[in-house]
Parts: sequence; C-alpha cells; structure tokens
Amino acid sequence: MELFFSQILDGLSIGSVLLLAATGLAIVFGLMGVINLAHGEFMMLGAYVTYVVQSAFKPMGGVIFELYFPISLICAFIVTGLIGVLLERTLIRQLYGRPLETLLATWGVSLILIQLIRSISTAMMLGIIVAVVVGFFLTRLLRAKFSQRPFFTYLNGMGWALSIGIGLIAVNLFDQIRPLSKAWFGPRNIDVTAPKWLQGSWGMIGTIELPGLRIFIILLSALLLLATYWFLNKSVWGLRIRSVTQNRQMSNCLGIPTDRVDSITFGIGSGLAGVAGCAITLLGSVGPNLGAAYIVSCFMVIVLGGVGNLLGTVLAALLLGIIQSVIGSGTLLTIFPDLPDAARGVIEFFATTSMSLVLVFIFIIVFLQFRPNGMFPQKGRSVDA
Amino acid sequence: MKLFQRLVPWILLAIALFILPAALDDFRLNLFGRYFALAITALAIDLIWGYTGLLSLGQGIFFALGGYAVAMYLMLNTKSLAGGNGIPKFFENYGVSELPFFWTPFWSPVFTLIALWVIPAVVAGLVGWLIFRNRIKGVYFSIITQAALMVFFHFFNGQQKLFDGTNGLKTSTSQLFGELVGSPEMQVWFYRLTVILLPLAFLVCRYFTSGRFGDALIGIRDDETRIRFAGFNPVPFKTIVFLVAGALCGISGALYTVQSGIVSPQYMSISFSIEMVIWVAVGGRGTLVGPIIGATLVNYLRSLVSEALPEAWLFVQGALFIFVVVLMPDGIYGWVTNGGLRSLLAAFGIARKAKTYPRLDEEAVAVD
Repeated sequence: MELFFSQILDGLSIGSVLLLAATGLAIVFGLMGVINLAHGEFMMLGAYVTYVVQSAFKPMGGVIFELYFPISLICAFIVTGLIGVLLERTLIRQLYGRPLETLLATWGVSLILIQLIRSISTAMMLGIIVAVVVGFFLTRLLRAKFSQRPFFTYLNGMGWALSIGIGLIAVNLFDQIRPLSKAWFGPRNIDVTAPKWLQGSWGMIGTIELPGLRIFIILLSALLLLATYWFLNKSVWGLRIRSVTQNRQMSNCLGIPTDRVDSITFGIGSGLAGVAGCAITLLGSVGPNLGAAYIVSCFMVIVLGGVGNLLGTVLAALLLGIIQSVIGSGTLLTIFPDLPDAARGVIEFFATTSMSLVLVFIFIIVFLQFRPNGMFPQKGRSVDA
Repeated sequence: MKLFQRLVPWILLAIALFILPAALDDFRLNLFGRYFALAITALAIDLIWGYTGLLSLGQGIFFALGGYAVAMYLMLNTKSLAGGNGIPKFFENYGVSELPFFWTPFWSPVFTLIALWVIPAVVAGLVGWLIFRNRIKGVYFSIITQAALMVFFHFFNGQQKLFDGTNGLKTSTSQLFGELVGSPEMQVWFYRLTVILLPLAFLVCRYFTSGRFGDALIGIRDDETRIRFAGFNPVPFKTIVFLVAGALCGISGALYTVQSGIVSPQYMSISFSIEMVIWVAVGGRGTLVGPIIGATLVNYLRSLVSEALPEAWLFVQGALFIFVVVLMPDGIYGWVTNGGLRSLLAAFGIARKAKTYPRLDEEAVAVD
C-alpha cells in the first residue's frame, strides 16, 4: 500500500510537469487553434533564462542567492512571453485559419531557436541587431522611393535579403574579436542547482517521505492552473479572449481589439511555457533539445482531455503521469504478486521508461477510438468548422 | 507552358539516367541515389497531403519499416556478420541465443521483397482506418500520426534484444550476391534501381490522382463534408490512399537504407518526418513533379550547407520552413507553373504582363 502511494505521488509529479507544460499549450492550441510546435522551445528558453538569472545571483551568495528561483520564475514568464508576442506579431498573425501551415512554420521557428541557443555569442547577437536595424531602415527607404512601382514587393524582399547578408558579414567581423566570439551557452547541457530550501524532504505522511522538489512542482502547477483559470474566467481580458475564440467577427464588431487579444493570448501561453521550463531545470540538467521530449506528450494531453477544456487537460495530464509511472516502474508486479505468467510477461515487457511511453501512446490512440474528441468534447455548432 | 509541363519529367529522367552518372564521382552519385530514394517518400506525402489534404507527421514509421525489412534480410544472409548460432552477431551482446520468431521469414529474399512494401502498407492501412473511421481530421490527424510515430520510435529504440535498439542495423558491411553492399559497384546498381523505381512511383501516383478516384481525393481535400453529403464515403478513399503512401514510403526506406548503409530508430524521429513534409512544400504540393524536385533540391542544399558550415543547416532549414509557408505556398514548381516567374519578370519590365483581370480593371479605370 505504501509503495502504491509513493508510486501515485511519483505519477502525480510526472503528471504535474506535463500539466505545467500543457497549460500554456492549452491556451495557444485550445483557444486560438494555433499548432505551436515551438512550444517546447519556449520551455527551453525559460530554462535558459533561469540559468542566466542563477548565474547573475551566484556572486551575491547567502540568503539572496536562495531567493533567485522565484525571481527567475517571473523573469522566465516575462522573457518568453515577450518573445511569444514578437512571434505572434511577425509570423503567426499571417497564418490564422490555416492550422497546418502554422504547424510547419512554428517547426521552422523551433529549429532556429534550438540552433540559436547552441551557437549564440555576443558577436552573433550584434550581427542580428545590425541586420534588423539595417533591414528596417533600408525597407523604409525603399518604401519612400518605390512604393508605387510594380516591383516594390520583390524589392522589399531583396532589401531584407541584403540586410541579412550584411548581418552575416557583421557576425564574421565581430567573430574576429576573441572575447565576442565565445558562445554563451554552447551545445552542451547546463545545470541549475535547486536552492537549498527545495532540496531534501518536506516532512512525512505516515512513513512516506515528501520530497520537496516534487511537492513544489505539484504546488506550482496547481497554482499556475488556478491563476490561468482565474484569468480566463474572471478578468476583463480573459472575457475578451473567450469571446474572440467563440466568435471573432462578432467580437470585432463589438469593439474588442482582436489583434491585441491575439497577441496577449499567445504571449501568455508562451510565458506559461517559460515558467514550465524554469521548473524543469529543477529536475535535472537541461539542453537545447529539451523541447522535443515534451512537445508530443503535451499535444497528447490536450487532445486526450478535450481541446479547449482546462479540467480535461488537468485530468489527462495526471492520468498519463500515473499510468507512466505505475507501468514504467513495474510496480504492478509487486502489488499483485500472484499474476499468471502471461500477464507477468506483458508487464515486465513494458516496465521500462521507453516502453511505458509506448503503452501510454497506444492507450491514447485506443481511447480516441471511443471518444474521438477527448474526455470533455466541445459542443456546439462552431466545433466542426 | 503545357508542353513544358509535359516535358519536365522526361528531361529530369534523362538527366538522372545519363548525365548524372557520367558527371559525378561515386560518392556524389550515391548521395543523389539517396535523394531520389527520398523523392519517393516525397511523392507519397504529396499523394496524401497535396491531393487528399491529410498532413501525416508519421511517414517515418513506414519509411523505417521498409528499411528494417531489407536490413533484416541482409543481416541474416551475410555469413561474415553471423555469430555462433548462425544468427547476427549483435544478438550475442544482449545474450539472445535464439532468433526472434518474426526474423525467420526474412531468410527468404522473395518474402523480403514483398514484405518491404506490404508490411508498411498493412500498418498504414490499419492506422489510417482506425483514425479515419472516427472522422478525425485536420490537425488532430497530424498529432495522432505523430503519436503513432512515437510509439514505433520508442518501441524500436527500447528493444535492443529484437532490433539492436539505438544502434540500428548496419547494412553497409553485409553482402548481397557475394558482393559487399557498401561497395561502389553495388551502389551504382542501387542508384540505377532507384532511378528506375522513382518514375514507377510517379506513375503509380499519377494513376491514383487522375480519373474519378483522383477527383474524389481532391474533393476530400477541399471540402470533406460536402463530399459526404454528395453520397461518397470518404473513409475508404482516405484509407486506400494512406495505404498506398505507406507502401511507397516502405520502398523508399528500403532503397535509402541500402544506400546510406544503416537503418536506425532515428529514421522515426519526429524531426525527420516533418522534414519530409517540407520537401513536398518546397517543391510544390498538389503537383507530382514538385515533390521530386523539392526532395532533391532540399537534400542537396542540406549536403552543401552541412559540408561548409554544419551549424548553419538548422538556421537554413528553419528559414526554409517559414519562407515556403508564408511566401511561397505553392512551392517552386507551383510558383513557376502558376505564372509566378512571369509576374516577377513583368514587375521589373522584362517580360510582358500576363493579361489577367486586374489588368482589365486598370484599363477600365484609365478609360474613365
């Protein structure tokens, strides 16, 4: 029984990590219908923000250093949220109503983000700034001179291509200066040490130890979920977001600034991904490829729970977490020792981390055979559109 | 333009058969052989995405299944790779002394030749039927195929005792007809085989996309609900086309495996399957020549960039994804055949403007 409980606790903590990661996606995918494959990379960015904040706090030491984690949570939210808004303004905006296209475009974004984190250095950063500034002014100039000509669109494109070329030259020039060319993070994994108050145990229930980290993550995901729920259902902007998702044209007619609602929604979804990434640093070392491990599971959680339904997302995340931990550790064998050989064989076959994932995904596909729209399907006329 | 569209496939075929082998060294030729093998996958994806509107992110499953089928045959039939019990050596590392049961039929070359496309086809048909039956479509289809991909990836990755896990099966050191599969002579033969099979795959795709069946597919892509109301049941159409695409991917995977010298679970990674989609998007979806051009070009670009600057490839690839989706949704071939090139030249005053409705509008305004 004890074993069973600790296994459930373990499952809950796996599930709550999934939930953390999926909450942001539930907003972006569930409410906006944008398939953001770069969501995992936003988590990765959040993790790297945490690393930067920690490095900044390290020299202070003592009590102040212990406080770095809450601050990095906030920083991660703000930084990834802003990057999300930027992405929405420049790219996603052009692709509304074409979900398959957003899928491909955001995959491109995720590739760029991964490589950016791997190879970014001061030189590269300066080069990017040069390219953006040059491109901005160049296209302004071209617009002033040629905006009436038929070839203006192509000229504009060439202007940007030229400024990217100039940026590349700038990167190469800056690279000659030794201190600028050093990569900030490099392709290797980074380590974030959890503050002392998170390490170790937070007391016992009966004979079961409560590991601080796991409990903290469970609490954090619950808190974020409540905050999201409150924001969507009680705040003014939440009301606007919900109305835009229900009927965009009507909301527009009633004076809701749908552009800004889109930006804010996407920004919040991305910010939540950043917070999730921040929490994931506590579980082990993280690298540029962090996102790939979570993205498919996150989408599965949303689809399983029913798109656009927070409660479904919670249940699906916890369910998947528990299944994964119970199957993956082979606890079933110790709980039910008298199983027939055939069943024993099957359980042992699936009792590794990767095989438990196989089982979880099979479970989801089978589940969708019976409930194609997830546990809590959306109802109404607009669903099939 | 019509004549040009008719001639393009023949020109490409002639280049592939006669010019490339003469012009390129063995290493480059082998690379092009791989690109053409991948082009078959691109054709398959075009069949289901460009024509039927099903964006599958799981074609890697069928690709890898075909690859594994051929690799298992080669592993079994190479004496130098056999360990003590006459079974492939890698089994000894995991203490397996008996061949797993499903390996046994792969002793036979005939079975292998059939299995490498029938197994992927059956799996695809099954997966497709289960999904389409429930009217799961659009992005949900994409996500679920991706989940199916993860199932197979984790299964092949985790089962060292059955498939040598992460290491994959190495075919370059195995033998076929007494020759080393990795040897340059064999590779030239594989190149020829690929160049012959690619047009066949093209013909298969053309068969399926023309006539009433093709019309039904395009109807499903453009408005499935209306097709349903018109009295068609889209499920068999979608299942059949997904099954055919699976078989094509299996053939493509087998050809790719013998030319690259290894099959591993990496062929079922998420990124590889999404990459396949971008080949089609770059070339031009909804056309049959486009995917071939796209797969060849993108992979050639990949080789060039990775040789010059390995770190830059992900940037280039990411930019390619965004560029194609936002600015060139018809792909290169579609852009040219839809008059994109002409309007580009016309904008700079080099070619004459095509007469289109906006031009009529302008004239009307001028008269006013």
